[in-house]
Amino acid sequence: MKKMKLVGFALLLVLTIGFLAACGSGEDGDSSSESENTNTESTEDAGNADSEGTASGTLTISGSSAMQPLVAAAAEQFMSENPDADIQVNAGGSGTGLSEVSEGQVDIGNSDVFAEAKDGIPADELVDHKVAVVGMTAAIHPEAGVEDISKEDLIKVFTGEITNWSELGGADQEITLVNRPDSSGTRATFVDFGLDGATPAEGVTEDSSNTVRQIVGDTPGAIGYLAFSYFTDDSVVAMSIDGVEPTDENVQSGDFPIWAYEHSYTNGEPEGLAKTFLDYLMSDEVQNNIVPEQGYIAASKMEVQRDAEGKQTEAN
Amino acid sequence: MKDEQTITAVQQRLLKSRQGKAKKNEFTGRFIVTVAAIIMIVATISITIFLATKGLQSFLVSGVSPIEFLTSTDWNPTADENPSFGAFPFIFGTLAVTFLSALIAGPIGIGGAIFMSEIAPSWGKKVLQPVIELLVGIPSVVYGFIGLTVLVPFMRNTFSGAQTGFSLLSGVIVLSVMILPTITSIATDAMISLPSNLRQGSYALGATRWQTIKKVLIPAAIPSLLTAIVLGMARAFGEALAVQMVIGNVRAIPDSILEPAATLTTIITLNMGHTTYGSVENNTLWSMGLVLLILSFIFILIIRYLSSRRKL
Repeated sequence: MKKMKLVGFALLLVLTIGFLAACGSGEDGDSSSESENTNTESTEDAGNADSEGTASGTLTISGSSAMQPLVAAAAEQFMSENPDADIQVNAGGSGTGLSEVSEGQVDIGNSDVFAEAKDGIPADELVDHKVAVVGMTAAIHPEAGVEDISKEDLIKVFTGEITNWSELGGADQEITLVNRPDSSGTRATFVDFGLDGATPAEGVTEDSSNTVRQIVGDTPGAIGYLAFSYFTDDSVVAMSIDGVEPTDENVQSGDFPIWAYEHSYTNGEPEGLAKTFLDYLMSDEVQNNIVPEQGYIAASKMEVQRDAEGKQTEAN
Repeated sequence: MKDEQTITAVQQRLLKSRQGKAKKNEFTGRFIVTVAAIIMIVATISITIFLATKGLQSFLVSGVSPIEFLTSTDWNPTADENPSFGAFPFIFGTLAVTFLSALIAGPIGIGGAIFMSEIAPSWGKKVLQPVIELLVGIPSVVYGFIGLTVLVPFMRNTFSGAQTGFSLLSGVIVLSVMILPTITSIATDAMISLPSNLRQGSYALGATRWQTIKKVLIPAAIPSLLTAIVLGMARAFGEALAVQMVIGNVRAIPDSILEPAATLTTIITLNMGHTTYGSVENNTLWSMGLVLLILSFIFILIIRYLSSRRKL
């Protein structure tokens, strides 16, 4: 008995040490080598929604938490159609996704921002797949009484020049800013296209969109910014900017300025399961159903397009 | 009958092990505990080395001035031109919430400990002990969530100075509740472990119970009580999640405790996922981690100093 116990203990030790060693070598990308074993036969009929479960293998995806629900929903659907495929979708932030995909730790890295916008990322090695578009606008407490704002005033509000809603014809309430962290993709998009690059003044800073919505809904005079999909009830009001309503149609036509692509990056051209899954994401089935269901705008329906520098052109 | 059985079982086990395997078993046992000790030491040392190399990168590779990092109040790492990396407001915030919450939780925790050990030992143990254990068991995200939904609106409606309710004080209150069990349980142990002849001697001299507590027991236990507070502070300054939800996370030094602030841990958790490995922003976040590690070393030194005084 005693001997058995000892053997068991020793085994546990060996396992622990083995696990520690595996952690140490995790950086040389065992996940990417796994994906090389994936079945490539299915790539021909990829994207075809009727393809019967031929894709198999494992795929790891990480990155943007804003994109996570969309990709996870698509992955779930994909896995139910292809029972042999195993796709793991982790959140962790755009920076994490970009870093991990360029180091080969994951197969696909999701990001709210162009890889070119982040330091230390070899953007030319990564291949961009614009999966969806997300529209954002300023979210304001319902009692503030301002629902349409000019871009000029929006900048003044966020830079702290205007400190009371009465200055804009609203209620006599002091303005409370709710920001995102400096490195957040949502903040970068809002600053670039909503504030024309002006640096927001200090305010409460929260990362999660749900927390931002709760704070803006609870605090009189508060203003923050949220993706369209978070305006689900009356607790916060989505602001029109220069008279343009924040709707999917206005983003698609290019009339509403604050929107960003949701990118899925691969290290080099995707192969195997990664390619099958990305084609699936761009298929009509996902773009017409899952994308709008999750509150995003189909990338294929955009009438305008934008490059990494933020230059907007008509889509061809 | 039962005892006899146990005795024979023990005898047999010892006899068995004596039959040639004793030396081997001796060695195996020693090997196992040594490996356990080595794993712990290696883990601690490698984390320290890793954090030090990562944390120094922003100064050595990215060229951030350490003096600017530690003293400047300007934090704007994402600016296109002249990004600034002054982490002083966050260091200040960390120290402020830590000391202020110790200021609140210290007296309450020690008071509870004295109640449990001196005033109502049986009743106090029965009621207070489970309460403390429950407090320890509540996950920090729950503390944060309660703070966000109850404390923050309360602050906003109660104090006219707290415009949003997100404030240093909110963070301090949440942290005080969180470190209370640490302080109370260590202080209780310290009070209980005082030799009972101290109490008896004091009563024999005609001192009342309160006089005994105030003049005899507390002075005798003071090094352990201080250790309890310092350990509570060590827990406070490492806490991120709950504080992040109520403190507001602004990068300016607050003018009053009713204004929002930020701590090192909240800035790290807010930004880590968005930054890319090796970028300046990411490196400065590691440097903040290094600052936290150094702070915790200082706390450990204080604890060691206090416990060495206890032996005198």
